[in-house]
Amino acid sequence: MATVELRFTPLPEHVRTARLVGAAMARRAGVADAALDEVRLAVGEACTRAVGLHQLHEVAEPVQVRLIEDEKQFSIEVVDEAPHAVPADIEAGTAGLPVTEDPEGEDEMGLAVISGLVDDVQVKTGESGGLIRMSWPTTTLA
Amino acid sequence: MDLSLSTHTVDDRTVVEVGGEIDVYTAPKLREQLVELVNDGNFHLVVDMENVDFLDSTGLGVLVGGLKRVRAHEGSLRLVCNQERILKIFRITGLTKVFPIHQSVDEAIAATD
Repeated sequence: MATVELRFTPLPEHVRTARLVGAAMARRAGVADAALDEVRLAVGEACTRAVGLHQLHEVAEPVQVRLIEDEKQFSIEVVDEAPHAVPADIEAGTAGLPVTEDPEGEDEMGLAVISGLVDDVQVKTGESGGLIRMSWPTTTLA
Repeated sequence: MDLSLSTHTVDDRTVVEVGGEIDVYTAPKLREQLVELVNDGNFHLVVDMENVDFLDSTGLGVLVGGLKRVRAHEGSLRLVCNQERILKIFRITGLTKVFPIHQSVDEAIAATD
């Protein structure tokens, strides 16, 4: 079960809230201070992507953010409910990013930023939605 | 924090001072500003990002869009940024090779290549 769960209407103005909550939880969980900017940026990118997908497919359901404290790591899962055109199951470090419908390529750029920032990231997409899971190691304070 | 924008001209360069957070919510304002400047005939832009606290891929997309617009008029778009956390985003996306990034507004204004 997620330690903290956040659901927000798929609107751009709420992404900042998710960033703030993500970074605050990461700090509390014991993620190194040097990595907090990365957490903030990565959760923002994942939520921006989810909001964009919901808007593109006119999905009114909320975007879901799960913040999970484990013994030695802190994870953030961002869940969208948009249908993805190309089902894919991508592990970080493998070649290629998914082809998307985003005409400006910002979605792909967001994934590129996440892949560049976070060592431990999984992207899963299916016909009924997608999930990005990102994890960071924590110190003994958790 | 919201986005703040102000512009002034130095010779043939237009300096856009940006402050605050550039994200999916605020980036459209920056896009509008850049489009308006180019439509008004300002093709040599310097975007001063020293007071930017946060930049995401949406902001990067807007800057790339601005660069495309000025290049269509044989113009230029130069960035001013010294903040490591902002520069890091340009590095991991490979955009340091696309944008000239300067240490100061004076340096960006003086640059010609």
